[in-house]
Amino acid sequence: MDTASEQERPKWDNKVQYLLTCIGFAVGLGNVWRFPYLCQIYGGGAFLIPYLIALVFEGLPLLYLELAIGQSLRKGSIGVWHSISPLLGGVGVASMIISLLVGLFYNTILAWVLWYFFHSFQEPLPWSQCPISENRTGYVQECLASTPVNYFWYRQTLNITPDIEQSGSLQWRLVVCLASAWSIVYICFIRGIETIGKAVYVTATFPYLVLTIFLVRALTLPGATDGLRYLFTPDWALLMDPQVWLDAATQIFFSLSLAFGGLIAFSSYNPKKNDCERDTLVVGIINSATSLYASIPIFAILGFKATSNFNSCIDSNILDLTNAFDVTERNITMENYESWLTYLNSTDPDKVSSLNLKHCELQSFLDQSASGTGLAFIVFTEAVIEMPGSQVWAVLFFVMLFSLGLSSMFGNLEGVLTPLLDLHLVPSWMPKELFTGLICVFNFLVALIFTLGSGNYWLEIFNSYVGSIPLLVIAFCEIIGVVFFYGMKRFSDDIESMTGRRPNLFWRVCWMGISPIMLLVVLVAYIVVQVQKHPTYPAWNPEYEKFPESEVKPYSDWVFAICVLLSTAPVVSIPIVAVYRLIRRQTRPQTGSSLPNPYDNQAFSTESFKAL
Amino acid sequence: MLAGVLLLIFLPPLVAKDLCKDSQDGFKVRLSIKTALGEEAYDWNESEMFLFRSTLAYAMRKETKNDTYDITNILVCNDTPRVSFMFVVTSPGQPDQLIPKEQVEKAVRENKHRINNAFLLSDMTLEFLGIPPTLSAPIIYDTEPWLIVFGVVIGAVAVGIVALLMSTVSKKRRAKEKAAGLSEEDEGIVKENGTALSSFGGKEGAYNQAFSNDDRFTKL
Repeated sequence: MDTASEQERPKWDNKVQYLLTCIGFAVGLGNVWRFPYLCQIYGGGAFLIPYLIALVFEGLPLLYLELAIGQSLRKGSIGVWHSISPLLGGVGVASMIISLLVGLFYNTILAWVLWYFFHSFQEPLPWSQCPISENRTGYVQECLASTPVNYFWYRQTLNITPDIEQSGSLQWRLVVCLASAWSIVYICFIRGIETIGKAVYVTATFPYLVLTIFLVRALTLPGATDGLRYLFTPDWALLMDPQVWLDAATQIFFSLSLAFGGLIAFSSYNPKKNDCERDTLVVGIINSATSLYASIPIFAILGFKATSNFNSCIDSNILDLTNAFDVTERNITMENYESWLTYLNSTDPDKVSSLNLKHCELQSFLDQSASGTGLAFIVFTEAVIEMPGSQVWAVLFFVMLFSLGLSSMFGNLEGVLTPLLDLHLVPSWMPKELFTGLICVFNFLVALIFTLGSGNYWLEIFNSYVGSIPLLVIAFCEIIGVVFFYGMKRFSDDIESMTGRRPNLFWRVCWMGISPIMLLVVLVAYIVVQVQKHPTYPAWNPEYEKFPESEVKPYSDWVFAICVLLSTAPVVSIPIVAVYRLIRRQTRPQTGSSLPNPYDNQAFSTESFKAL
Repeated sequence: MLAGVLLLIFLPPLVAKDLCKDSQDGFKVRLSIKTALGEEAYDWNESEMFLFRSTLAYAMRKETKNDTYDITNILVCNDTPRVSFMFVVTSPGQPDQLIPKEQVEKAVRENKHRINNAFLLSDMTLEFLGIPPTLSAPIIYDTEPWLIVFGVVIGAVAVGIVALLMSTVSKKRRAKEKAAGLSEEDEGIVKENGTALSSFGGKEGAYNQAFSNDDRFTKL
């Protein structure tokens, strides 16, 4: 028996690190920019009902399952599924591939956040005004046609091409930001959970601080209550729409970062006797509570933005009227605008109609919803300009987004690193620091495709096709694997040895019945919905006649082939490995690999022998 | 005689009004004093109009380098409560001849900054309709601010990475020395407690601290 080469498995310094890491992984950008959007379009407070039902019957059981098998089998995703059944080894491989692919584009989003962060120190903020054209006669035409925030995002940040076919060139500014993002990730990830555990003290807690600051600030802004009322006013009729239930289920699923293998990796570093049931409840409830908590300042600020847009709309109308009719300044105000308008319309309707006054309605401004990068980089940046002390709010906001994303990146990378370490694919001479460095460099080089002119379009493809259907398939295989291949009884025994009590009736019913059925329904419904939609994408084309509206273009054949490849390649490993093992099992005589090894004397384990 | 005198008195203003009203060479001016100054807005009265006419005369003088322009050469009409009016510029030599539009525009553009400051207004609040404002030059930085922030961040990260790598290297070196110390002692006859030995970095034999080398304390 050799003690020298047997390295002890790394472990968490304390429970807090483990919980913060799991919470940080689960709480990510989606909690801030996806959940509030869903709440808004699906009838406000009414959306909470399908959301909480999905959390209780789908999210928590799957989360408990992943944390429990990681903790009991003490391996990364590939090792765990191989232990459960060699036929299911492909599930772990699929998780690892998905973690790798998601990590690629997720860090690019962080690179964009860094770009905005670097620019938040300028006075005035660069996205608040149009740049002057080359010959100083006016502002840049593209900016005038759209808005300064749109121009800054699409032209000065992405330098986006009008079409995904046109790749454009590498944007050196984005390459520089991408390099910084990967360097920051590397410094936290350099020694695996040793350094991650220290980094999460900051990255997992800082967003809550910033959200609280924003909450206090946002509630004092004018128009905040309009936004909040708009968000939370329930529209019960929407609950009849199955799309709402589908979106609630998928949102909970993706929000908890299930099926990436990261949670399995994190819990594998736990001591064997750890109450994973309580951990599940803590992580799951905090994740949903964070979503809810984040939506309050977001919507207060969106309400403020809608109100200030409405006010400037009315103000520009007032100015037009004042100038056209040479009325004394400040005679027409917001309050008497309507009466003035009717009076002027009755005296000189032709002149009034020639002014082309804008139609201003608060509701239409509130209805402008956005999610994802649109919310962060267009809507929110526009709101920040109007707030006094814009630089401070911009800096806080982007640092918050960065730490939210960074803690999720840790999970993605651990989902890649832990299986590789467990499979002993790392040569023993290579120190861990070098291996993590190589992973970061490799990811950086591949992610350079997202810094091309067409990078944003590719990122959207990755986001919709990699981070959706494959995860649902893997989760379904996970739950079937544990319940039918591993066996509910064996699993309950493991849990009893870890937590001291058997899982109660609720968990068992969920694992054996409700959750797999729900997952299957969601998976099938999702595929059906995706297949019906023609694959199109919104392109930013200044030559488009209806610019600044996005031009909706269809994906060409080779691009669509790549989309399909991205959806199927990760999950294709599941049947491939299963078939391969079945064939091996048939052709070889049963060696009894599942029988205990008679030479393995478990009385003499490394843990009980303290080295000098 | 009286009629002649009356005609002489009233003719110039009448002519002036006609010159101003029907002219193609005039510009409409619009002031938004309350928007610009808020509480400290001044009232628009004859004196302010006098100031306006004199600044325009000044602008014409500067542009044409002709010192004969006077306030009487600036004719104003269509004064509204908005504080907007039309004006034309007459030639100092021939009061019934107007200065062409282009020349007036040039004079205004060259001196807009001075005209604005006379009224504590800006390009947005003192508008000459038809004369676009000259946009201020964009600020050109030596180093763009975002590069500075980027430099700070990347410098801190690089220092951190180097520090962590160095600590790993020194940890490994210490572990190697500890292992070397241990393995040397295995060959020795006396098997002492490994930890005490390893702290001395693998020297041969056991260091007996009762017999210390205190020669060095006797030297001055």
